[in-house]
Amino acid sequence: MLKFALKRFLGAWPTLLIMIAIAFFMIRVAPGGPFDSERKLPPEIEARMLQAYHLDEPLYQQFGRYLAGLLKGDFGPSFQYKEYSVSELVMAGFPVSLRLGGLAMLLALVVGVSAGTIAALRQNTRTDYAVMAVSMTGISIPNFVMAPLLILFFAVFLGWLPAGGLGDGSAANLVLPVISLALPQIAYISRLTRGSMIEVLHSNFIRTARAKGLPERLVILRHAIKPALLPVVSYLGPATAAIITGSVVIEQIFGVPGLGRFFVQGALNRDYTLVLGVVIFYGVLIIVFNFFVDMIYALLDPRVKY
Amino acid sequence: MITLIRSGLPTLLLSLCLACAAAGCVDSETGSGAKPAPPPPEDGVVLRKGNGGEPDSLDPQRSEETSAADILRDLYEGLMAETPDGSLAPGVAERWEISDDGRVYTFYLRADARWSNGDPVVAEDFVAGMQRAVNPATGSAYGQLLQAVEGALDVVAGRQPPDVLGVRALSDRVLEIRLVEPTPYFLEILHHSTAYPVHRQSLAEFGDRFARPGNQVSNGAFMLDDWVVQSHVKLRKNPYYRDADNVAIDTVYYLHIEEPSAELKRYRAGELDYTLTLPNNQFAWIKENLPDDLVLGPFASVYYYQFSLDNAPFDDPRLRQALTMAIDREIIVDKVTGVGEIAAYSFVPVAVSNYQAAQFPWQDWPPERRLAEARRLYAEAGYSEKNPLQVELFYNTSENHKKIALAISAMWKQALGVRARPTNLEFKVLLQQRLDGSRWQVMRMGWVGDYNDANTFLEIFHSTHGQNDPGFANPEYDRLLAEAGQTLDPVRRLELLQAAERRLLSEYPVMPIYFSVVKRLVKPWVLGYRPNGLDHNYSKYLSIDTAARGF
Repeated sequence: MLKFALKRFLGAWPTLLIMIAIAFFMIRVAPGGPFDSERKLPPEIEARMLQAYHLDEPLYQQFGRYLAGLLKGDFGPSFQYKEYSVSELVMAGFPVSLRLGGLAMLLALVVGVSAGTIAALRQNTRTDYAVMAVSMTGISIPNFVMAPLLILFFAVFLGWLPAGGLGDGSAANLVLPVISLALPQIAYISRLTRGSMIEVLHSNFIRTARAKGLPERLVILRHAIKPALLPVVSYLGPATAAIITGSVVIEQIFGVPGLGRFFVQGALNRDYTLVLGVVIFYGVLIIVFNFFVDMIYALLDPRVKY
Repeated sequence: MITLIRSGLPTLLLSLCLACAAAGCVDSETGSGAKPAPPPPEDGVVLRKGNGGEPDSLDPQRSEETSAADILRDLYEGLMAETPDGSLAPGVAERWEISDDGRVYTFYLRADARWSNGDPVVAEDFVAGMQRAVNPATGSAYGQLLQAVEGALDVVAGRQPPDVLGVRALSDRVLEIRLVEPTPYFLEILHHSTAYPVHRQSLAEFGDRFARPGNQVSNGAFMLDDWVVQSHVKLRKNPYYRDADNVAIDTVYYLHIEEPSAELKRYRAGELDYTLTLPNNQFAWIKENLPDDLVLGPFASVYYYQFSLDNAPFDDPRLRQALTMAIDREIIVDKVTGVGEIAAYSFVPVAVSNYQAAQFPWQDWPPERRLAEARRLYAEAGYSEKNPLQVELFYNTSENHKKIALAISAMWKQALGVRARPTNLEFKVLLQQRLDGSRWQVMRMGWVGDYNDANTFLEIFHSTHGQNDPGFANPEYDRLLAEAGQTLDPVRRLELLQAAERRLLSEYPVMPIYFSVVKRLVKPWVLGYRPNGLDHNYSKYLSIDTAARGF
């Protein structure tokens, strides 16, 4: 186990470096630069700005400078938000995104697993069909359609919840973004749980458990649920990625000041360092998360040995 | 099995889920069914404004985005200011004298002008601000706005140190500005953020970070309280402001909402008192459902297409004229944009004061005559049904730009048989393309006046101006503008500017399409709001009927 963990840890570094390199050079391929604006800068001032941010140096030199900065934990200054450094912006946005994403994930797991289980236990009944129909709808309707509908209904018509922003940070502001972000995941997870639960309920060890006279609730809770959750656990990695990419859209729609919004605005503004900062941050997050998923897998499935 | 489902696992999981919802997602204080919570009582009388995007900076000399402009107008006060309807008003300067040759301005500063920490605002603070604006090390995009001041262009170009700038403090309360030539609109420039003073001690202490919350000391009606990036900027009333007794608002929130449709939703949900703009595609709905909140007014902004004059066949003025005449601007403003825009037959918008725009001579022709002339010119330029003009039309990605581009392509096709390919480019890509005249043919562009004078529109087609994308170089045009810049007699100056505009229009380097409108929603409890031509808005002129709003 420890050896596996160490191997994964060492393997993460080249992945990270390749990711940084691709992101660094890809964003430079996009035409236009951070200082192109509708009002053209006088050439002398533009030259001064490029020099100040070392953008006049050859690209490989800039890359070296950037990597050297990263080693010191310095993500560089933001080109667009002139008074902030990228680290400050990432640190301001991350807690918000984490709260949003974490709650969405939690909601998706709790609701998805319960709905999937109910459907499996009542296979081919109306409940089952209803749960599956709802989840199919959840998968088919993209969140950029669902989110404005939720705003219109709950914020504009009913006036129950805020239409956007983070306000004073109260939880009410997070309800709609969390639900919009969680809905597609609820749908996936409930389908996954249902499928695997049905399969598990037909397996021999469940029959044995029932045969030895265990009450049905113990059969499910003690024996069926662990193996039935395995596909859900393996889906956690992709789900995290989906929640992160989903939050880019959701944060934009709800005006939630998280990392996703920086990513979108940064890309449009050619704020190279900000985009890179967000990419690296998310990259590290996904690598770490996948690592934990592998570990959980080992705990849940006695057949997996590292 | 059935008992299990009724009582066991699902109940457990569902209650878990409800527990999560209760703990994490529903605000326990406001409870369910409550309206969005009003701001905390210590905020006093609150105004909540939509601000579009995130401000790039709240440093008056470094900021260049319009998303920072109104915030800076609340935070700072220049030598000059504006009235609610946008006319020139005294700011920190209580009076001023202009020398007979129009080249030396002497400003007398108010004795009661104070920074938000109580320090007096002195002439040296303005000297520091303007020197900082032209200093290339600051990287100000607007430094050139001060080009009328002696030495400004040399300093911007790095040929001279900032202290040669012709701005001097004669005493704490007397400031002298020397100009290169009499510049009749000079006072208008002095309420632009570029010419704001800086609090020198904070600048010395914090350097380029002096404008951040906690560091910033400002001299306007408000001061910076907080800035949550990607969310809002919060301003508090400045108790030291000279006219603080007449400022009715205690706290202003500027909420950063890029999408007009998202802004509308938040307005409808009661989270905003005042929007920045409106989504065009919901205008009909707004007109029907929120007629009392809707405010429209002329805006000093022109929407136009420009031709690359270096790029054949657009070097032929007959072709440019044919294309300009072949579109029906009334249809575009009525059916395509439809928010009350004004069809443009000149380049200088109608909202610009003290100016009568020169017009295209064919403005009032009946459509048949206009189209016949367009066809004649098109044929003269060497095109016909069999040999149609093929043109690529660039616009930056936006629903509105796309609709207009499609309408214009269709009008060209119908009237002349032109085959236009409207192509959308991301904004930064469009800006990159325009740098090289050989890489584009026709391109959408827009211009908003920096100050209330025709010069801010006409000067961009001076042969040496950085904004002159078409590459229009006409010695007579340059001469007329230069002469207007030196003419103090307003009547003569108007004639010169009109002559320059006529010259510009007769060469067709650009095809004006419409003049935009100021369009926003303002709640009925916001009192004192009036739209103005530059869309410069000061929160100090507004007040709130708190009884009507409920807080």
